[in-house]
Amino acid sequence: MAGVAALFLLAPPGTAAEVLRGSGDLGVVIERAAGTLRIIETSGNTAIGRVEGLGDLSHASVVFSRDQRHAFVFGRDGGLTKVDLLEQRIVRRVMQSGNSIGGAISQDGRLVAVSNYEPGGVKVFTTADLELVADIPATFDGERRSKVVGLVDAPGNRFVFSLWEAGEIWVLDLDDPAVPAVRRFEDVGRNPYDALITPDGRYYIAGLFGEDGMALLDLWDLDAGVRRILPGYGRGEQKLPVYKMPHLEGWAMAGSRAFVPAVGRHEVLVIDTHSWQEVGRIPVKGQPVFVMARPDGRQVWVNFALPDNDTVQVIDVPSLAISRTLVPGKGVLHMEFEPRGEEVWLSVRDEDRVDVMDTATLKRVATLEAARPSGIFLTARAHEVGL
Amino acid sequence: MRFRPEHALLPVLAAVSVAAAGAPGAQRAVELEELLRHDCGSCHGLTLEGGLGRPLVPEAMAARPPAALLATILDGRPGTAMPPWRSLLSVEDARWLVERLQKGARP
Repeated sequence: MAGVAALFLLAPPGTAAEVLRGSGDLGVVIERAAGTLRIIETSGNTAIGRVEGLGDLSHASVVFSRDQRHAFVFGRDGGLTKVDLLEQRIVRRVMQSGNSIGGAISQDGRLVAVSNYEPGGVKVFTTADLELVADIPATFDGERRSKVVGLVDAPGNRFVFSLWEAGEIWVLDLDDPAVPAVRRFEDVGRNPYDALITPDGRYYIAGLFGEDGMALLDLWDLDAGVRRILPGYGRGEQKLPVYKMPHLEGWAMAGSRAFVPAVGRHEVLVIDTHSWQEVGRIPVKGQPVFVMARPDGRQVWVNFALPDNDTVQVIDVPSLAISRTLVPGKGVLHMEFEPRGEEVWLSVRDEDRVDVMDTATLKRVATLEAARPSGIFLTARAHEVGL
Repeated sequence: MRFRPEHALLPVLAAVSVAAAGAPGAQRAVELEELLRHDCGSCHGLTLEGGLGRPLVPEAMAARPPAALLATILDGRPGTAMPPWRSLLSVEDARWLVERLQKGARP
């Protein structure tokens, strides 16, 4: 009961809930230019508040505590912020590096890790009060520091990440946080730019920018090392200029097939997840940025880099054909499915809007005003490996 | 406290096309500023302090030859993630951006 009383006392007038509410239907929208978070709810598709003062949120991302009450926001400027979604306020904020790119929360929910560009490495903090637990410099070639990308959580209280300049994948074991153990895999391919982990937490896959192919690590069998998959998928073809790095967050998996963006090509690659062989390519409107499966795996949604960033295409998985091309507006930056897949949220940056679409009818069911929105994150992610 | 997006009333980035020759007009300058902040910013940081791409702050840009910066914008840097922007920007657009980056303010 004391907690309830505290909620009443701390609630800023007119903003936070004045009645008890759950947080399982909440989410946040990053308003990147303003450094603010819009708090949303998916039961009625409305915005219920805003939290200010989060710094530079270009390319910001968010993970959630297991009780789905707190959001941990990773800002570009190295800021790590813990936000209470119910009280709609910043609980704690630390500036942990000069330039950061993302983060992950551990399996047990006690640790949050941040991947940094400057200085290159990973820092790990307690989720309780953002105290530093471990600092892992991404050192290679003796003294050089590499930018870190593709940081994900993995079962066993591990974190896995890739080194952009070094072409390495590291597995960080924090089973005993006082004694962090790192296992390095070198020479995985040129310029890993992002990575994903399969929903079962078994396979870590890094996309490569510097060559055609991807690097696969089986976390159940680290001794087998990193395998190169889809080698030379663009062999002999001229790669197009890449105006935006593709993202691999959101493993688009349907049955035994996975869907990934081709780098520098107007294609989505289809991979068989047993053999890890390419089994098809789907021509799409532009260069894919996010390729995301609806939770039931029946549809895959794709957004694009400039000059096609006003468009979203929906792939029908059984036929591997584009079933619909939508043009929500300029600057569709991110898509986030509600956990059971009946609706998807889209941010339309240049039109200061967030749209909610019905995924069956492909009709817009709600629109919210948001200032230059980018990432959209729903609290359901709290219980997904790698998100 | 209703929040009002600063640029809510400005037109969005126009359809990408090579602009007519000559210095960018006021309208194009607004578009270029948006492009710099958001699209260049997706690699170089919204505040141009750097990200996957190097920092583009005036201190970093001022000492570099304008011609080299112009070539980098138009033709990219092979072997890096910097793409050639020639299909989306005119030479005048790129000149405007170089001046903007070196001064830290709009030309």
